[in-house]
Amino acid sequence: MPDSIPPRSCTSHTMITRTRHFFHYYANPGRFYHISTRIQPYVTYSALFFTFIGLGWGLFFSPPDWQQGDTVRIMYIHVPTAILASAGYAALALCGLSTLVWQHPLANLAAMEIAPVGACATALCLITGSLRGKPMWGTYWVWDARLTSVLILFFLYLGHISLIRAFEDKQRGYQAAAILALAGVIDLPIIKFSVDWWNTLHQPDSITLTRAPTISRSMLWPLILSMLGFSLGFCALVFARLRAAILEVRIRALLFPSHRRSNIV
Amino acid sequence: MTHPVFIIASYGITFIIVTVLSVEAALRLRRARTQLTVLEKNTSHSSNL
Repeated sequence: MPDSIPPRSCTSHTMITRTRHFFHYYANPGRFYHISTRIQPYVTYSALFFTFIGLGWGLFFSPPDWQQGDTVRIMYIHVPTAILASAGYAALALCGLSTLVWQHPLANLAAMEIAPVGACATALCLITGSLRGKPMWGTYWVWDARLTSVLILFFLYLGHISLIRAFEDKQRGYQAAAILALAGVIDLPIIKFSVDWWNTLHQPDSITLTRAPTISRSMLWPLILSMLGFSLGFCALVFARLRAAILEVRIRALLFPSHRRSNIV
Repeated sequence: MTHPVFIIASYGITFIIVTVLSVEAALRLRRARTQLTVLEKNTSHSSNL
């Protein structure tokens, strides 16, 4: 083998080392604070821009559905919040994994700050779904597989929020919440495939990664824009909360210098 | 427009929840920044003494 081409195992080892360095570099709370402070205005203003355009287009300019009438306009909120509810929980599980494997202080803080925002997204998804369901199905709620699995996701978020605050030793709270976050990941594929596995009142997904969208382009574009706006808004909220949490940790460290580290971070 | 009550309720609740979350985050960040500035000033002042 020529000297210039490293053996395969060496290359993969270098990649693993680089990935590890990348995570360690950005997992530093102080470094994250400075980077997020710099990008926060861009994320926030982009979120406002895309949400305003997406919802404005959806509310005033997109056509009504032939079957659902104007209630289809609720979709421009319901679908982005549904996606964020699942994506937020996936992020929570990743933070849980980082907490259990590497005990990263930033992962602990991120999990603590993502959970309330994710819970609000899930609550919004359930509320807007009910408000869309009443005129279409004649009822606000049915114990349908999709609706029930999203309700379970909401309870998982509430459980995570409660567990973090339930222990006097913060590290134990983070670990218990991380275990719950990882165990609860099983709910995500159930939510995704519930409309395929069971005969549900909830309609099947209109946008998937594998098939062409089944909704009109005049509805698809405002939906994509509001999804982008809501996603950026979610990131902006988490960044702001996380920056506040990092500062609060610093304040506690200054106020109680002799306190155990586990109860500060 | 059909079913305006449901549409207005959906957009209204979303607006309220997003506003509450944003204001809470902004206030928390501002409070933490102010408190930290005061604390760091006091710490550096006491260390100079």
